[in-house]
This record gives sequence, structure tokens and C-alpha cells, in this order.
Amino acid sequence: MGLQIEQLVFSRGAQPIVSIDAFAMARGTHALVTGPSGCGKTTLLGLIAGLLPIQQGRIKLAGDDLATVAARGPQAMDRFRARMIGLVSQQPMLFGMLGALDNLLIARQLAGFEPDRAACLNLLSQLGLDGLAARRPRELSRGQQQRVALARALVNRPALILADEPTANLDDEHATQVVRLLQERALALDATLLIATHDARVRDHFDRVLALPAQPRP
Amino acid sequence: MSLWRFAWASLRARPLMTALTLLLVALGMATVVMVNLVTRQFDERLARDAAGIDLVVGAKGSPLQLVLAGVYHLDVPPGNIPLSALARLRANPMLAQVIPMSLGDSFRGFRLVGTELEFIVLQGARIARGTVFESSMQVVLGARVAEETGLDVGARFVGNHGLGMDGPSHGDSTYTVTGVLAATGSVIDRLVLTSLDSVWQAHEHGKPAPQEPAAHDAHSGHEAHDEADDREITLLLLRYSTPLAAASLPRVINASERLQAASPAFESARLVSLLGVGADGLRAFGLMILAVAGLSVFVALFQTLAERRRDMALLRLLGASPARLFALLLLEGMLITVIGVALGLALGHGVIEWAGRVLIPRGEWPVTGLAFDRIEAASIAGALLLGALASLLPAWLASRTLLADVLASE
Repeated sequence: MGLQIEQLVFSRGAQPIVSIDAFAMARGTHALVTGPSGCGKTTLLGLIAGLLPIQQGRIKLAGDDLATVAARGPQAMDRFRARMIGLVSQQPMLFGMLGALDNLLIARQLAGFEPDRAACLNLLSQLGLDGLAARRPRELSRGQQQRVALARALVNRPALILADEPTANLDDEHATQVVRLLQERALALDATLLIATHDARVRDHFDRVLALPAQPRP
Repeated sequence: MSLWRFAWASLRARPLMTALTLLLVALGMATVVMVNLVTRQFDERLARDAAGIDLVVGAKGSPLQLVLAGVYHLDVPPGNIPLSALARLRANPMLAQVIPMSLGDSFRGFRLVGTELEFIVLQGARIARGTVFESSMQVVLGARVAEETGLDVGARFVGNHGLGMDGPSHGDSTYTVTGVLAATGSVIDRLVLTSLDSVWQAHEHGKPAPQEPAAHDAHSGHEAHDEADDREITLLLLRYSTPLAAASLPRVINASERLQAASPAFESARLVSLLGVGADGLRAFGLMILAVAGLSVFVALFQTLAERRRDMALLRLLGASPARLFALLLLEGMLITVIGVALGLALGHGVIEWAGRVLIPRGEWPVTGLAFDRIEAASIAGALLLGALASLLPAWLASRTLLADVLASE
């Protein structure tokens, strides 16, 4: 099993933000999380990534219960996330003072892997970033920055790729390109892919959708 | 991509702030180093030149002037004393050694000193080439004199009247170089040594014109004398045979009508304490700059924390533990401090070495930048500790970056 969610409830005060009875994805499958703004898409990804504490219910990733991993301490959770989950966000969120290659190498190092420059360069090349390894984010176009961020999410060969609004602010051509890249690379890694978006252009590329309902205003 | 490289890249991303902080650390360290080098070498030089000399006896006047003239050869002597004082003091059982000295002439700015061979032994010098002087009008050159004048064994020269560079020559009184001393690093390196007889002989034949008053006063005692008993010398260097001499002998000598006793240890301590006020001020200034530099390290890191909240959160997202964020900020602070300290050391030592080679003529007070000591090691340790302390609070704040900040930063 890739990702398994059971009886998950996350609230702020008395207000539930996310509530999912059951959701499961086999390894290598792809799905969308959709819903109106404020329905808890980003919060759900934060819970799956271990960025937010699980208040109620269970999330299992590749057989590991996140609550059990978190109970081993924050360092264990940090290491688990770094190795098991690749995160792509709406903003590329790259280190501005580092070149594209170094942005990948730091992710390898923080996950406790050997740097492996050759593999990182190869990954950049596969994402169409040949010859741009030394370029800093400000020297790259927005599309190129997003691809560097995608390469960084893939560099540790994660079991799960979480993407939060990866096509926001991109034109149709680049939005399609990013979604296809995510799907191709997830397939190549046999990774589970979960994309949170309210971008209707993305919906056509996915067979499976987890639609979150709008949350009532307090 | 190690933590070192990441820290270095972060510093390079803020070149102006990093450069200004480095400059402050370097200037503070350089000031401390320079003051330390100069004062320590000054103290060492005073101690080395006065080694083995317990008391200087000369004409009445300023005791500091007498010590500066007789021990450090920096000032003109206050006057002359009768030669008979030499025999009288040598008969005193409280004295182990009494060395006479006649000053007043020079050669190309280097002092011609009439004395006895014991002075060479007292200064710990040895002959490098040739032999010591054995008869009148023979001289032994200090190492620096030989180096700068180009004179060597067998060379002949005419001395100048007075202690300055421009005194009139002594005409037919020609000196012959019989030996050259090995370098000692002390005052004897820049002296031309000869016998007392040579000085008297030069002045029996020469009739120099009057010149600089102080030098001339010192020299006036060398006017021609027919009777040996009437002859004068400039001063006497004394070494006690018993510590008890220090309590009574200066008082006895000072009670005489023409003689004055001055202690090199006391007078040089007085000189150092006078100059020490300035040195302490400079040292305090250097420490103040270092403190400001420490503060600037703190400000540089603290300010970037707000700017780099997103980077810190991203590091946490990629797996960096709070301890690693703490280490990263500490590393950045220490990198600035270590590089600044290294630049400061290079600058401080470089400036002093340059000053020693270029600024101070003929090495009258030779200083070198190629010296290190425990005070400097302590200063380096202090600066590094300051850098670490300045980095602690920003590092602690960075380590508290919450993972929730990742979501907030988007």
C-alpha cells in the first residue's frame, strides 16, 4: 500500500478543517485532491507530510504509521519526511543563493544520502535543465525554477510525491508540462502522486479525485 | 553540499553586510595585535639592552636622560664625570663590575663609544670577523653598523664630532676597523666600540667647531688634557655584587657633588608607565572595536533571520533538525569571526613588519611583525569566543523555526 488514511479529523478549536473517513492509494497510483479555497487541501498535505500533528485518525505511508514515526521524536519524523516524501509547492521555494545542482545536493545531504552529483545532473538533464546546473534561481525562468523544485522533490527517490497547487500562475502550456512531468517521474520511481489543486485544467489528467467539501465558516 | 558550503553561500549572498562585519572584526583584531607587538617588543628591548646593568653613574642632571644615553644610546648624556670615579667605584666591594664609557663622537650617525672589552661581554656579543680592538684608534663595529656602512675588517674612517649625522669631522684622527660583531638584536649592534684612549686621543688632536649644545656638552669633557688624572669620561655602568648595594649605593653616589646614579630598571619602568597610558588607550580602543565587531556579527545574523525565515523553514522541510539549524547559524557567525580574525592577524603583523622594515630608520627601535606570544593567542581565543557568543542567540532562534512556518511561508 502506498498511502492509507483512516478516520482522519483535524480541527482548529471546535472547527474541523479536514475530515476523511477512508482514503487509500496503491503504490505508483496518482490522484487529485480538489475542493474550493479553504476546504483544507493544504492542511491535508501538511498532515500527510508530518508538518502538522495528527489529532485523530491514522495516516500510513508505505506501511509506516506517521503517528508511530512521530512518537520516535522530531528528528525521526524529519528524516522520514526527507527520505519518503517529495514536496512540490505553488512557489518553487528554492534556496536563492545556491545553483540548481546545489539545491538538489542539499536535499540529498539533509536526507542523509551521499551527494551523488552524477545522478543529480542526470535528473536535471531528464527535466530539460541541461547546462543550467550552476544557475541560481534568479537566473532561471519561472518554468525552469518549477522544474528545479520538481527535481529536488524527486532527488531522494521518494515513495510519495505531494504537490500543492503546482500549476498555479502557469500558462496552459507550462501547466500541462508540469503535470505530465510529475506523472512521468512518479511512474518512473513507482511513487504515489497526490496533487492538491483547484485548477480545472489539471483535472482531465487524472482518473481519481478526492473532493474535499467546503468547510462551514465559523 | 556540506553545511560549511551552505553557510559560506549564505554569507556570500549578502556581500555588503558580510564585508562590513569582516572589516570590523579584522580592524579590531589588527589594532589589538599591533599594540601588543609594539609594547611587548619595546619592553623586551628595554630589558635586553639593560641586562646586567644595575646602575648607571654619570653627571648630575636627569636620571632618565642618563639611562637613555648610557644604556639605550638614544639621548645625549647630561655631562661628564672625572675618570677618578672609575677607580674609586672599582674599589667598592659591593660592586662586581664597573665599565666606563665615553660618548660624544659618531660615524655616519652611529655612536662611537669609548669603553673596555668587558662591555662586549656584558652585552653577550661575540666577534664575527677579525679581532677586538687592542690599541688606540682601533674599533670594533656592531653588526648593523657594518651592514649599513659597508665597512669591514681593515677599513679606515674618520669620526664626526657630536652625536648627530652632520657634525664636523675629526680631521686626522683616523680609526681602523679590527673586527665586526655578530648581530645580537640589542643596542650594541648599532655602536662603534673603541678604547677610552682612542676618544681621548681623537680630542687631543682634533679641534672641532661647536655644534648641537647637548652633544657638545657631552663632548666637552674630551677637550685636550695633558694630565691623565684630569681626564673625564661620560658615565659608568655598574653591576652589584650583592643585592644590599641597591639599598645604599645610589644614595651614597647621589650625595657626591658631581655624580648621579640612575637605575635602568626604575627609569625604564617609569618610561614604560608614561608611554603605557597611550598603549593602554590604544589597546582599549582595539578591544572596543572588537566588541563592536562582535555586536555586528550578532546584528548581521539576527537581521538575516527575518529575511531567511523561508530558507530556515525549507531546511526543516528537507529534513534539517533544529540542532542542524542551530549549527548552521553558529557556523556562519564563526566563519565571519575566523576569517575576520585571520585578516586582522595578517593586517596587524603585516603593518608592524612593514613599519619595522620601512618606517623606522636604521632600526633604531627595530620591531618585527614576525612574533607571536601568549597574549596574542589569548586575544584570538577571546575574539573567537566573542564571535560564538554573538552567534548563540540568532542560532537558538533559528533552531526554533517551526515546521508550521513552511505552510505559513507559502
